[in-house]
Amino acid sequence: MSRSIRLAVSAALTFLVLGPAFAQTKKETPRNYGVGHAISTEQIAGWDIDVRPDGQGAPPGRGSVKDGEKVYMDKCAACHGEFGESAGRWPQLAQGKGTLASHDPVKTVGSYYAHLSSVLDYIRRAMPFGDAQSLTNDELYAVTAYVLNLNDIVDDKFVLSKDTWGKVKMPNEGGFFDDDREKTEKAFWNPNPCMKDCRGPVKVTGRARAVDVTPDEKTQKRGVE
Amino acid sequence: MTDAIDKWRSTRRRFLAGAAGLAAAGGAGARADNAKNLPPNIANWTRQLGAGVGTRAYGNPSKYENDVIRRTVPWLTATPESSVSFTPLHQLDGIITPNGLCFERHHAGIAEVDPGDYRLMLHGLVNKPLVFTLDELKRLPRINRIYFLECAANSGMEWRGAQLNGCQYTHGMVHCVQYTGVSLKLLLEQAGLKPGAKWLMAEGGDAAAMNRSIPLSKALDDCMVAYRMNGEMLRPEQGYPARLVAPGWEGNVWVKWLRRLKVGDQPWFTREETSKYTDLLADGKARQFTFVMDAKSVITSPSPQAAVKQKGFNVITGLAWSGRGIIKRVDISLDGGRNWRTARIDGPVFDKACVRFYYEFEWNGEELLLQSRAMDDSGYVQPTKDALRKIRGVNSIYHNNGIQTWALRADGEVENVEVN
Repeated sequence: MSRSIRLAVSAALTFLVLGPAFAQTKKETPRNYGVGHAISTEQIAGWDIDVRPDGQGAPPGRGSVKDGEKVYMDKCAACHGEFGESAGRWPQLAQGKGTLASHDPVKTVGSYYAHLSSVLDYIRRAMPFGDAQSLTNDELYAVTAYVLNLNDIVDDKFVLSKDTWGKVKMPNEGGFFDDDREKTEKAFWNPNPCMKDCRGPVKVTGRARAVDVTPDEKTQKRGVE
Repeated sequence: MTDAIDKWRSTRRRFLAGAAGLAAAGGAGARADNAKNLPPNIANWTRQLGAGVGTRAYGNPSKYENDVIRRTVPWLTATPESSVSFTPLHQLDGIITPNGLCFERHHAGIAEVDPGDYRLMLHGLVNKPLVFTLDELKRLPRINRIYFLECAANSGMEWRGAQLNGCQYTHGMVHCVQYTGVSLKLLLEQAGLKPGAKWLMAEGGDAAAMNRSIPLSKALDDCMVAYRMNGEMLRPEQGYPARLVAPGWEGNVWVKWLRRLKVGDQPWFTREETSKYTDLLADGKARQFTFVMDAKSVITSPSPQAAVKQKGFNVITGLAWSGRGIIKRVDISLDGGRNWRTARIDGPVFDKACVRFYYEFEWNGEELLLQSRAMDDSGYVQPTKDALRKIRGVNSIYHNNGIQTWALRADGEVENVEVN
């Protein structure tokens, strides 16, 4: 092959390889519409309340189990019960260990939650119910510590803060795994599902009327406008 | 809980007694004809002027349709502010759900956001943190998409067998509307993603500040920030003035009253993706991040709240949807799943949207066990409830997409039943 042909081939190859890549890069440069405006660190801080399992986002402050008991009794016990056992149908916070594989699993902070941050982040943003984001950081740490104590995860003298964050071990930490339906439920993918004589005799084994928990819908109507 | 169920049992008995009386008088729910309105007589509405324009500045359905409403199951939850109401699927047709009938699921009531004070914050692993007003969102290029939205807990009360007698209650945590808004990819591009960005946290502005983690791959694929549904601004119940749209994924991810998007390098493991919206299996382990809603269908009529009124020619209809793509086929069984025939899909068929199916047939008063079975373009076939239970047990609460059975009785009444 002559030098000039080699150069030509090489140039063509270069174009084939790099040409489209260049074109793509250019096309993918996102357009900046100049809409939306900059935001200050202070403005972000007021809303930036999320906390991750590794403690990133946890606010400054600290709270003891002892202080948490007072906050809990004042602001939480009416719904969740004095011992986290739940008053009525509000979420139960404590007990339930060893029930997850049973017929009646009881999902609580102690039996089900895998991360301390899930508890603290949720209390911080949503509790007390109806008075959200009203707790001080110290109250937040204290009441979280108390809920952990109700579940025997920390002792009575425990003080929760960024410094002690890593000492909390959630009992069900290893209880979760990522969605695996595409593997474990592979049998549900079937290009030719059965159309004729697909199963044996059909028997009715349960009836909603026998259970009888359906609301009376005649009592629910649109109001007069 | 037991008290609540007992209370409803007695109410239900009174209702059934009343319904039996109606049936004896000539058809459940049928209104008596008024001969004055029938030919050869001329009805009042044909003689008299009706109300003028503007008397119904925002129109409502006919007063005769006042039973077409979202309904609740009060014993399900401790309080109406953190609860659910159900779409009356049995009274609707086509694929679009009217805005006022879209099911509700709130965690701290309906936030009433002043649109002038609405802000969407976008920060975290981005080059330039940004905040958008509602007017600014509306100045960005718009897209229109029709998608279904199904709560992960739809049919969640049915894991252990037939419980609620009506497809409004068993399947009514789904709706399908057209969204108008901004592509989430476009929004993220305005801020510019930093290296290492892999996840996105969406947070609501309600008193639960509901937050969920979403893989960035999904956010950049087909998610949007929507501010309109079916042409008009979002209803407060659906997140006015802006919500996240995560096509095909469980409703909880579609954060309403969206106030903040934060980009990060790992998921947050929020309460709503750990303690809730995880699928507990029989062995006590739980699946997490089960975002996709698998293919599902239900016959909406006949159904327990929509009895068959006449023998002879009748229409079976229902809805099918899949979070994995496009519904390719829906089959119908009249004998509890022994034999199947393919239903007729009518109306538009969109990716990750509801489709409407029909099966017309002659009913001679024989007892039937009606089922529908959806298939999507990934090849997924809606499984039986028992097939699901075999893999998952009965404690999952979420993601129950099993085949529903309705028993049509000789008197035309329909019941939610479980078959072997």
